[in-house]
Amino acid sequence: MAEIKLTTPLTEEKVRELEVGDKVLLSGTIYTGRDAAHERLVNLLEEGEDLPIDVDGQVIYYVGPAPAKPGKPIGSAGPTTSYRMDPYTPALLNEGLRGMIGKGSRSQEVKDVMEEEGAVYFAAVGGAAALIAKCIKKAEVVAYEDLGTEAIRKLEIEDLPLIVVNDAANNDLYEIGAEEYSEV
Amino acid sequence: MREVEVSEITKEIAELCQEANFELGEDVINAFKDGLENDESPTAKAILEQLLENAKIAREDRVPMCQDTGFTVIFVELGQEVKLVGGDLEEAINEGVRQGYKEGYLRKSIVSHPLKRENTGDNTPAVIHTKIVPGDKIKITVAPKGGGSENMSEVRMMKPADGVEGVKDFVIERVKESGPNPCPPIVVGVGIGGTFEKCAYLAKKALLRPIGDESPHEDIAQLEKELLEEVNKLGIGPQGLGGRTTVLDVNVEIYGAHIASLPVAVNINCHAARHKETII
Repeated sequence: MAEIKLTTPLTEEKVRELEVGDKVLLSGTIYTGRDAAHERLVNLLEEGEDLPIDVDGQVIYYVGPAPAKPGKPIGSAGPTTSYRMDPYTPALLNEGLRGMIGKGSRSQEVKDVMEEEGAVYFAAVGGAAALIAKCIKKAEVVAYEDLGTEAIRKLEIEDLPLIVVNDAANNDLYEIGAEEYSEV
Repeated sequence: MREVEVSEITKEIAELCQEANFELGEDVINAFKDGLENDESPTAKAILEQLLENAKIAREDRVPMCQDTGFTVIFVELGQEVKLVGGDLEEAINEGVRQGYKEGYLRKSIVSHPLKRENTGDNTPAVIHTKIVPGDKIKITVAPKGGGSENMSEVRMMKPADGVEGVKDFVIERVKESGPNPCPPIVVGVGIGGTFEKCAYLAKKALLRPIGDESPHEDIAQLEKELLEEVNKLGIGPQGLGGRTTVLDVNVEIYGAHIASLPVAVNINCHAARHKETII
C-alpha cells in the first residue's frame, strides 16, 4: 500500500496510476458539493448552459460543513454519504471531473463511467470532521450561496488524508476489504 | 406541584445540544480503544486512531465531532407533579435548539417541508418524545441524529412465525446492506414488538443505552450478544474498508405485541453516538 502526495488539478494519466487501497495526501484546490448543488449543476448541463465552476481536472468533495467559528476558515467538515450523488455523477465525469471525495459505496453505473473517463473516488474518514477541518486552509463560497451549507465552496487543502476506494480500473475497496475480513 | 419555568428548559437544551456535539461519551471512546487493540486490519487501526484524535480535538476546541450535527431528537420525561409555567413546552424546546445550534456554530440540517426542501436555518423543528412519569423532576435527553446512518434504518412488519431467527436475519441483513454508508463502527438499536410506530421509537430509545449495557431480560441479553458476534463476522470494519470493528454494540428493546404481529425496527447510529442528559 503506497502513500502518495498529490496536488490538484489531476490529469487522467495520474489518476489511472492510482490503485485501490492507496493512501493519498491531497493538496491544492478542490470544490464542495452535495445533493442540492449537484441537482443544479446537472440541470444546467441538460439545458446546455455553462457551469459556475469548471470541473475539468477537478475534485469534488461531498461535504456540507458546519459553520466556521470566528477566525477559522471552516467548521467541522467530514464527508457525506456518496450514493445520493450517483444519479448526477456520470454527467460531471463526462465533463472531465477527475476525482470525488466522500464515504460509502457508488453505483455500478458511476464505477463504469469512472473507468471509461479515468476518474478516482476517494474516501475520507466519515465523522473525523474536526480532524479534517484542520487540513482546510481557506474556504470561499463560489456558487449557490442560497443553499447555505450545501453551497459550492472552493477549498484550499493541505495533505488531506484519503484512501482510494474506487480506482479507474473498476476495483472497489469496500468489496475487497470486507471480503478479506469476512467470516461468513 | 413544583413550578418550573420553561425558560429553564430552553437554557438546558441549548447547552445539551452543544455538549452532545462536542463531547463524545467515554463509553464510545473506550469502544474505539478496544477496537484499536483487537482489530487485525491495519486500515481499521488507522481509522480508529483518527476517530480518537478527532474526538479529542472536538472536546478541546469545542467544535462538533461531525459536521452533521443531526436532527435534534429530544426525550423529555416529565414528572406528573411538575407544573410548567411561562410558556409552551414545545416552543421552549425548539428555542433551546435554535440557541444551541447558533451559539455552538453547529450545522443547520433541517428543511421545513420534506418535498419543497427549504432549510429552516436554525435546525428546528426538533423531534420531541415526551413521556409523563411519576415524580416532580424533568429528565431531558438530547440525541442529535445524523442523516447518513438514519437513512440505513428500517421498520419491517414481520410474521410471528418468523420468530427470533427471522429477527436476527433482518438485523444482520440491515447491517450488511448498509456496509460503509452509515459510518461504521456503528451502534445498532433494535425495537421488537408494539405497533408500527412503537417499535421504531423503541429502536431509537435503544440507541441511548451506554455501550456494553445489557438488556434486563435474560433472553434478550443473549440475543444482543449473539447479534453482536454475528454482525462483527461480516468483515465490514471501520468505514467499511475491512476489519472486525463493525458494530460497537447491539441494544434491543421489547414491548408487548398484537397476536397477529411481529414489528421489528432497526435504527442505525454512526460512531458519533451522541447523547447528553440532565435532570431539572
